[in-house]
Amino acid sequence: MAPQSGTEKPMFAYSSITCQAKSGWSWTLVGLRLLAFLATAAAAVVMLLNKQTKTLVIATVGTTPVKLTLTAKFHHTPAFVFFVVANGLASIHNLLMLMVDLFGSKVDYKGLRFAMIAILDMLNVTLVSGGANAALFMAELGKNGNSHARWDKICDKFGRFCHRGGGALIASFAALALMLVISVISIVKVLKSSK
Amino acid sequence: MVKARGIITTLLRLLALGATLSATVVMVTSHDSADVLNLKFSAKYTNSPTFKYYVIAEAIASGYSLIVLFLSSKSLVWRLIVILDVVIAMLLTSSISAALAIAQIGKKGNSHAGWLPICGQVPKFCDHVTGALVAGFVAAIVYLVLNLYSLHAVLSPLFPVKP
Repeated sequence: MAPQSGTEKPMFAYSSITCQAKSGWSWTLVGLRLLAFLATAAAAVVMLLNKQTKTLVIATVGTTPVKLTLTAKFHHTPAFVFFVVANGLASIHNLLMLMVDLFGSKVDYKGLRFAMIAILDMLNVTLVSGGANAALFMAELGKNGNSHARWDKICDKFGRFCHRGGGALIASFAALALMLVISVISIVKVLKSSK
Repeated sequence: MVKARGIITTLLRLLALGATLSATVVMVTSHDSADVLNLKFSAKYTNSPTFKYYVIAEAIASGYSLIVLFLSSKSLVWRLIVILDVVIAMLLTSSISAALAIAQIGKKGNSHAGWLPICGQVPKFCDHVTGALVAGFVAAIVYLVLNLYSLHAVLSPLFPVKP
């Protein structure tokens, strides 16, 4: 980083910021973003394809059994729909930020690059946290039921649905932890470059 | 300009303190009971772990807002406060979305799982919980605005003089 001599004071501040924008690239941040992208995408996809069908025979008329088919799908519950949407949006954001980190080190918009990254990271952390927690408490209700409200548990009948949902939840919480770390790093970058 | 920034942040924090405090108090004081077919059907916020988590999260957020209100000075912890604001905003959005999910089941039921709505039997409890959820939603929005404002205000010395 050669010192920019022979320029006025405001220009020096501006050019030092763009110098920092070029060299503020690190492997750890790229690795973290890649992991977060994979985790949110996995959580969204696993919950999206979560389906279980159960066929019960409830009566026998003559020789033909009367069958009842029960299904459990993710879109029966608004909490899981919100979970899929939130994780999908967050994975798109992570992919975009990954591309910007890898290929867009010259892209800048009026010196606001770090600020926009920090703000978008913070918004997506809150989005993923909302989706993951709503699905977590809905899954807890499905697993334990609620005796006070006379709501039966459903996980003993639809075990595979519950297990897959649990896997998606674990992936989403791992993604939440990673995205929180990434957001803290982005904010620290903004605060350092505004000294 | 520094003074104006400090005033707006303090006002937002005061608003958030009021919202989280009222959410906690209204949720804690919500209870109702009804007699259905000779069975006593009582509804309190402790019946559901989601609402218990909601009360705890809002209480933590209001305690944090109170402490930070008394901390407003040009001290070195200001950078830590910006980061903690993000964590608290995350906590608030998580608690309000979980409580909304469970409350929606209480109001509309879930026909696929065979869960009947309970708002018909305990309407006073439902109204109380709705009030607490509205306050919690306002608190989450206010904390998001506070975060956006902190991140934007930190940048104002950065805007370069146009050549």
